[in-house]
Amino acid sequence: MAVISRGFGARRRESTPDLPPGQFLTTDFPVLSAGPTPEVDTAEWEFLIRTETGDEKKWSWDELQALPQETIDTDIHCVTRWSKLGTTWRGVSLDTLFAEVETSYDFTMVHSYGGYTTNLPLEDLLDGKAWIATEFDGEPLEPEHGGPARLLVPHLYFWKSAKWVRGIVMHGDDDPGFWEQNGYHTYGDPWQEQRYW
Amino acid sequence: MVTRADWFVGTVTEAAMLTRTGRRLLVDVPGWPGNRPGQHLDLRLTAEDGYQAVRSYSIASFGHGQAVELAVDELPDGEVSPYLVEDVIVGDQLEVRGPLGGFFVWDAEQTEPVQLIAGGSGIVPLVAMARAHHAAASAAPFRLLYSVRTPADAYFADELLSLVDASFALDWVYTRETPSGWPRPAGRVTRELLAETSLSASDAPTVYVCGPTGFVEATAKALVALGHDPQRIRTERFGGS
Repeated sequence: MAVISRGFGARRRESTPDLPPGQFLTTDFPVLSAGPTPEVDTAEWEFLIRTETGDEKKWSWDELQALPQETIDTDIHCVTRWSKLGTTWRGVSLDTLFAEVETSYDFTMVHSYGGYTTNLPLEDLLDGKAWIATEFDGEPLEPEHGGPARLLVPHLYFWKSAKWVRGIVMHGDDDPGFWEQNGYHTYGDPWQEQRYW
Repeated sequence: MVTRADWFVGTVTEAAMLTRTGRRLLVDVPGWPGNRPGQHLDLRLTAEDGYQAVRSYSIASFGHGQAVELAVDELPDGEVSPYLVEDVIVGDQLEVRGPLGGFFVWDAEQTEPVQLIAGGSGIVPLVAMARAHHAAASAAPFRLLYSVRTPADAYFADELLSLVDASFALDWVYTRETPSGWPRPAGRVTRELLAETSLSASDAPTVYVCGPTGFVEATAKALVALGHDPQRIRTERFGGS
């Protein structure tokens, strides 16, 4: 039984059914990062997917831009408890990028410029659930929000949407990434409130 | 077994304003597992009709005790912080969960030089590190750069001054108003100022930066430009609402 805080609740925020438990609405776009924002030049940017055989599929910035671009309207939910509803992104579906990849592994480790990693099951990246996003609200993605390109996996807490993404390595096991080693949940479903271990 | 998912009931035992908008709370939390310097916790408030709100706060205290110290800055459009700053009184109960976070921490086993850089209430996790450094009589060189709007906006000023010794240096930056006779005009942290008032990249310090997003972004970028290894710069940001 929770203890009651006398007189608390007068300033409560708007609530909607779109808000997962324990989240509050924000109209800002806060930043959560463990270190400095890396500066990534699109002239040198590269994205790769590496499988268990060592096979690598690589895309340059121009090659990524030449792929079919999708518009994604979605809500995003940060583990630090803010949610932002109705955001608009543009990017390339992971289904497009994985179309030529052959793997029998079920898990992925996503790597970023700057050394950040996060782990996701492959099935959470496929079937229209994940993108490499390069635009937010009609503008090129700002570096502090992960530009030039970040992973976008909006059905999970937003730390899974790795900023400054550079590649995906297939794993046979669900090995923990950076935040997952430092206390955050291995899967991170906001509707189940999977915040911490 | 105690897990991070458990809520502990805490009782406020001390409450005092630190600045015009910042308040220090000491909360007695039976069962609290202790925390490392720099960790944070989730704090939950429940209204009489069952409505709940949870926010994360850095912890100013460290170690094994069950007296958990917080320092909360009131956000003008906030929901939880105005309650903690204006309404809570000694004897009130609230709930906490944690400790949380395993990266933005300093442990006494670390022997390398450390540069702490705080903007405003971003001092809270860093004061825990400074206290731990002092309590351990650590010989690791520590230097704290604390950026505040005006002298009256500093948290823990007297305590921080009292920590200064051969292995702990303290530098101030005032962004709006300086003490009289201060050698530098008021202004934000810049690359030039960091070069003057923080450990050099050649000392290979671990750098902890905590503050509002804009402050942390600008500071971390300037540190990288000064040659600090990005892998040695740890940041914690707050911002938005």
